[in-house]
Amino acid sequence: MTEPLVELRDLTVTFTGGPKPVAAVNGVDLTLAPGETVALIGESGSGKSVTLRQILRLNPERRSRVSGQVRVAGLDVLRLSGTELAAYRGAVASMIFQEPLLALDPVYTLGDQIVEAICRHEAVSREDARRRALDLFERVRIPSAARRLEAYPHEMSGGMRQRAMIALALACRPKLLLADEPTTALDATVQIQVLLLLRDLQREFGLSILFVTHDIGAAVEVADRMAVMYAGRIVEAADARTIVRAPRHPYTIGLLKSRAHGALQKGQRLETIPGSPPDLANLPPGCAFADRCFLAADACRTTPPAAEGLAAGHQVRCFRSADTAAALA
Amino acid sequence: MLAYIGRRVVYTVPIMLGVSLVCFALVHISPGDPLVSVLPADASEQLRLTMMRLYGFDRSYPEQFGLWLWRAVQGDLGTSIATGRAVATEVLRAAGNTLRLAALATVIGFVFGCLFGFVAGYFRDSWVDKLASLLSVIGVSVPHYWLGMVLVIVFSSQLGWLPATGAGPGGSSSWVWDWEHVSHMVLPAITMSVIPMGIIARTVRALVAEILAQEFVIGLKARGLNEVGVFAHVVKNAAPTALAVMGLQLGYLLGGSILIETVFSWPGTGFLLNAAIFQRDLPLLQGTILVLAMFFVLLNLAVDVVQTMLDPRIERG
Repeated sequence: MTEPLVELRDLTVTFTGGPKPVAAVNGVDLTLAPGETVALIGESGSGKSVTLRQILRLNPERRSRVSGQVRVAGLDVLRLSGTELAAYRGAVASMIFQEPLLALDPVYTLGDQIVEAICRHEAVSREDARRRALDLFERVRIPSAARRLEAYPHEMSGGMRQRAMIALALACRPKLLLADEPTTALDATVQIQVLLLLRDLQREFGLSILFVTHDIGAAVEVADRMAVMYAGRIVEAADARTIVRAPRHPYTIGLLKSRAHGALQKGQRLETIPGSPPDLANLPPGCAFADRCFLAADACRTTPPAAEGLAAGHQVRCFRSADTAAALA
Repeated sequence: MLAYIGRRVVYTVPIMLGVSLVCFALVHISPGDPLVSVLPADASEQLRLTMMRLYGFDRSYPEQFGLWLWRAVQGDLGTSIATGRAVATEVLRAAGNTLRLAALATVIGFVFGCLFGFVAGYFRDSWVDKLASLLSVIGVSVPHYWLGMVLVIVFSSQLGWLPATGAGPGGSSSWVWDWEHVSHMVLPAITMSVIPMGIIARTVRALVAEILAQEFVIGLKARGLNEVGVFAHVVKNAAPTALAVMGLQLGYLLGGSILIETVFSWPGTGFLLNAAIFQRDLPLLQGTILVLAMFFVLLNLAVDVVQTMLDPRIERG
């Protein structure tokens, strides 16, 4: 196996700003091979975005406690100095955000923002950077690219903005693209276009993509592997096909069942997972999903289950994984 | 852009008309006969009627207004009752003095206000923030004339560093760019700068805090910008609002410096207004207020135009 591009080992992130510490990420292990696309799936508050942001160290450092290890392209990210960190962000790993209108500076043109990012990392003239920006806009298939470089973020449609955001993220040819719910704020038809674009660019640039979403349908489109997060832990990880066809964690099964797909009849109720996610400031001692789980036993409430390898590349954190295969039918 | 400026200029015409109507009406709203202060107590009825005709008070109000406005447009604001000099000349000389003082005060206020505001916004809830907030609250709340007098007592009477009153040595009111004259500006300008400083500091603090809480700041960091790079973006985002507030403050200082100019005997419009009020010099009062109001309208226009140029989100179409 080749050297992984990204390696998270026992990553924990605890926010200490509030009255009680909030355990947002509780021991995440994850690896990404070069050129691989992995989707992190989970509901709001499952820690997927916090994990993603920690890879760029974007969580507020004064108000959080971080332990574990983050290695990207041989760099020990959590131990980088201020200048090393700034050189790493954008050049080795870059990020696209859920709502590009909020993530782009409103008073700079898109062209200027791309030029700024390129000049920040590379010793090139503004004219060369400008040419590269134009080339990027064409690669993300923005029509009349030259004119759009002069546009401000609010002057473009949602889909075009997200394309511009992608162009900006790829400006310094990073190895890793972190995508934080990149299609959630878009119309359904535009979502597909952006996902397909991401997949094409991934091949073209040889990128690794770590992709955060709560939409399994979107994840299936682009991901090689999926990791399902719940209460700050990865509860199940496998290749995309296995997760969709043969999930073994009760939470994954619940997520898959609660999707609305075409076959839903009128009057038929959408299946849901009962209950709500646990309070991250007050996690139970055992499995965090036990209270909502249809298979929960006494053992589930006392100790958290460890990751268990079921097959090559398929891992699950569940004491009852032997019984889950039957439950899917 | 040009079309926008053109339209904005056209909008100021009705505003100016309204303002001049109010200025004109002041004379007639205020109680008492405007001629009382000119005429001796034992003036004959004959003399009173002659004077009324001379000042045009015998005509109907619309007629008087039209005539007054027509002359004002041509630069004739009438004759001062007290001095017999043309109001326009008096007002313009005073306005030059006031403008100089107000501009210096605004620059001082803007520089220190931005400094305090940025520091407080960046280090929110730290002791620096609390100190800066305290200073700006004091700046806004302290009575101007009192601060002026304290400064005079300390720096003129006790230390003898700076002159206490006037615009130049020996009470001269003509202006030269030398230290003698500039030193006369220091104390009134500092006194005057305190309010805009407080207001700008508070505005900038709120702006910076709001900008730093926005997601694009995380986006900028994710692109590898360091603190200096992010700061440049914060400044550009804060600039339109900060400059607008500065422009408005300059407007207030132009009109609202009566107390300070009186304390420091600064021969500006405030001083002139004060004199006009006490001498019941109505043409002078009218003219001064009109000029100040026009200044304010034009300043607002300038602020709007500058803000539009700086902030692409403001609709230009």
